[in-house]
Amino acid sequence: MSTSVILDCRNVWKLYGAQAESLLAQNPAPDAEMLKEAGVIGAVRAANVQILKGEIFVIMGLSGSGKSTLVRCLSRLVEPTAGEIEFDGQDLLRATDAELIEIRRKKMGMVFQQFALMPHLTVLENAAFPLEVQGVDRATRETRAREMVELVGLKGREGYHPRELSGGQQQRVGIARSLVVEPDLWFLDEPFSALDPLIRREMQDEFLRLQSMLKKTIVFITHDFDEAIRLADRIAVMKDGVIEQVATPEELVRNPATDYVAEFTRHVARAKVFRARSVMEPLTADSFAGEVAHDATIEDIAAQVEGADAPFRVMRDGAAVGQITARAVIDVLVGRV
Amino acid sequence: MSRVMPYITRNTVFWVVLFALTWLLSRNSFALYKALDARWIIRFPKKYELPLEGWISTFLDWLVNTANFWLFTFRDLTRAIAVVIEVPYQVLRNLLIEGFQTGLGEQAVQLAPSMSWIAVIAVVVAVGHYARNWALAGLVGLCFLYLAVFGQWESAMITLASVLVAVPIGAVGGLALGILAYRMPWFDRALRPVLDLMQTVPVFAYLVPILILFGFGPVSALVATIIYAMPPMVRVTILALRAVPAEIVEAGRMAGCTARQITWKVLVPSATPTLMVGVNQVIMLTLNMVIIASMIGAGGLGFDVLSSLRRLDIGGGIEAGLAIVVMAIALDRASQAFSERKYSEPRSGNVLQRHPWSGTVVLVVLGTFILGRFVPAVQTYPEALTITTSPFWSAAMEWVNVNFFDTFEAIKTVLLKGLLLPVKKFFAGIPWGWGIIAVGLIAWRVNGWRLGVMAALLMAFIAASGLWAKAMVTIYLCGVSVLLATLIGIPLGIWAAERPRAGRVILGLMDTLQTLPSFVYLIPVVMLFRVGDFSAMIAVILYALAPAVRYAAHGLREVPEQLVEAGQMAGCTPGQLLWRVKLPLATPQILLGLNQTIMLALSMLVITALVGTRDLGQEVYIALTKANAGQGIVAGLSVAFIAIIADRIVNALAEGQKRRLGI
Repeated sequence: MSTSVILDCRNVWKLYGAQAESLLAQNPAPDAEMLKEAGVIGAVRAANVQILKGEIFVIMGLSGSGKSTLVRCLSRLVEPTAGEIEFDGQDLLRATDAELIEIRRKKMGMVFQQFALMPHLTVLENAAFPLEVQGVDRATRETRAREMVELVGLKGREGYHPRELSGGQQQRVGIARSLVVEPDLWFLDEPFSALDPLIRREMQDEFLRLQSMLKKTIVFITHDFDEAIRLADRIAVMKDGVIEQVATPEELVRNPATDYVAEFTRHVARAKVFRARSVMEPLTADSFAGEVAHDATIEDIAAQVEGADAPFRVMRDGAAVGQITARAVIDVLVGRV
Repeated sequence: MSRVMPYITRNTVFWVVLFALTWLLSRNSFALYKALDARWIIRFPKKYELPLEGWISTFLDWLVNTANFWLFTFRDLTRAIAVVIEVPYQVLRNLLIEGFQTGLGEQAVQLAPSMSWIAVIAVVVAVGHYARNWALAGLVGLCFLYLAVFGQWESAMITLASVLVAVPIGAVGGLALGILAYRMPWFDRALRPVLDLMQTVPVFAYLVPILILFGFGPVSALVATIIYAMPPMVRVTILALRAVPAEIVEAGRMAGCTARQITWKVLVPSATPTLMVGVNQVIMLTLNMVIIASMIGAGGLGFDVLSSLRRLDIGGGIEAGLAIVVMAIALDRASQAFSERKYSEPRSGNVLQRHPWSGTVVLVVLGTFILGRFVPAVQTYPEALTITTSPFWSAAMEWVNVNFFDTFEAIKTVLLKGLLLPVKKFFAGIPWGWGIIAVGLIAWRVNGWRLGVMAALLMAFIAASGLWAKAMVTIYLCGVSVLLATLIGIPLGIWAAERPRAGRVILGLMDTLQTLPSFVYLIPVVMLFRVGDFSAMIAVILYALAPAVRYAAHGLREVPEQLVEAGQMAGCTPGQLLWRVKLPLATPQILLGLNQTIMLALSMLVITALVGTRDLGQEVYIALTKANAGQGIVAGLSVAFIAIIADRIVNALAEGQKRRLGI
């Protein structure tokens, strides 16, 4: 993973209310009490987020936590009240309307909770829509859209209208549409929340499959902590407009920064989160039963490691960096760590 | 005290006292005036009357004769508008009825005949099929065939030409204004009161200034029609655009749409089904108005009805009236189908394969065009084959009148003596000064002092215009009609909601009633009850009944299933369920229905001036016949003000009830 920051959001505020601007002008960092007194709703407060190139960054929060507002500030669908957002070296908040349109046409894509497909367009036309508004000629954009529709597994349904598709299929179209311009930054705003649990699971797998092919930089919004843990490289937990903690799933579970975060992580199955590297011990054994990758989850290697007599070697970049024993795996499984 | 009479609240006291005071003053105002020798009590002093009429007339004179906007005069502007409307209108008239010719009078040379009746029917059948299916195509085709067979073709085509010109202008204009209002909040705020006025000022009132500006003839009629039919399209557009899910707009923005692309590629296409509902309304209002506007020289079906009524040709009137009904049904069903139309796959193949319908229609039009030259029956429906039902209707009416005259007369007398006259006396007796205060108090009580002051000022305007007495007649007629319409309509609505099968019939009937142009209602009423307040009332009730029924039924059906189940599990009898659960929850909807009923009643009242009422409608009508623009506008504004006050009060009641119920 390269560590260059693609989207840098510094001290972003989004306040709603008649006195939002003047309040922030007087005091650059009002607390919850002061906001309440002024009759101002603090949808996003002092948000600092750095999105790294190629990572899946999940913003997790319950409804009303400001996660949707934050992602809309990042894409400037909503104008932040204060703060700075730098995208790809460009000051996003100072971009003119024309520049913003250009950025969105070439560099950003977004998937919406309720799919937000144009009801009057077919699957193919929906997928081609971003190209159409750019003025790409019909043949080119349809070829491109056809590839995308095939990529998301809807080949053969190009001529359907959204109302003829199931929720999961509609969201596939939404994904195809958001990817058709090959964006550098991909926003997904609770893309699977409106779907049945079984379909949701299937779509998550599909999403991971796509990401393994495409390697996009992703900002993913969800209210489902399990989903966050399953997909994220890093998670930002939000509550009442404030980011409580930004960390990898594993850090989040090991060291929750606040009680609120701890409340979420308490019942998370450790085995799904912990990686081999974090429960390994120094190499001491003479013989090993096999090798596991340093970033494999305990869940994935549990059966293998637990069933063997000897420890496994933990491999990183072709070198052994430690060993993992059945004991360590069992500790994780029964929740002793 | 409060334990003894727990039901007497301050609210009750307020209403009882207000009514008692009003009633006392109303009964004794004449005695009061005699005793104090103060005539001003019952009549607004003439010397303080606003000279508004004169001002308006002078202003119009100035506008027409001297107004000059640097590059062009006002007259140039009206002429330009007239041309924009008249040219397409004339082309359509030529196409549908008159044929294309050059030269005038004797020297006229026919260039091309009009479309054959067969071709017109082919077109409407194709439109029907395109909009939905063969059933609709058949219905629309039969409706037009009816017009041909029953000898109404020519008038119907004149009416159709007017509709076809006014609808695109009204719909596109409404769409444009709606989009502007959606995008610019200040424009929305400025537009709203204008729309309110456009929808509440009776059409007759602005007919006069329009006549002055555009002259007597079809253009004036069309301008009035467009003004009348456009506001709902504006409102529907604003609503429809606002109803587009925020996410869809965001999706558009994230795709990099410019503001214009958002409007035309995202908002308008997504909102199309709702927008088509607006177009349907524009069509129906246009038809309604085109019929009324026959009086100022538009010709067509409305003119036939009017002239038959004037000749007391009962059969002819009914015949033309039925033609209007048939036309209304055809236009309504076809345009409704468009709003429910599903998107369909484009066909592939050559031109004819891709457009089989347009292709066929073009062939039929061309074929009948050529054939029509040799076979006159193809060109014009042969007169020998027309059927007239006029004698039948005359005989039927005569039979009804001979056999039921006494019954009708008895009903009429009972209602007149028992209801209409006492109410009329009550309203007529209210001294204007107290009337203003009372209306102000009611509005204040319902929705705070702002509305109170506004209502009082509006009423004061009416008094100061010297129209108080006529306004009271309007209020009384409207009040009685609305009362009866509600008493009939709400039970019908309840019935429709509780019994689905009866509901289909009732609501279907109401749908049809609502598509009929208001003018049609006058025909049977006048024939059965002759002219006067009673006839006016019946016509108003018929016209204004539909919303009372629909909203009541809708309100009851919308009551959450869970609450009904909760009521059932608590052991409610069906009656208790209705009275204690459903009706209270449906009150806001029922009140909204009442609001609509009042609005329709007021608009119909103005038209019933044709059957001799002595209210504001008559004042407007007199102004129309005398071409006195000032008088017409002042009286029209008075009607509009009454409508606005009623609207705000009833809406506030509905909102209050909603808040109390937490809906």
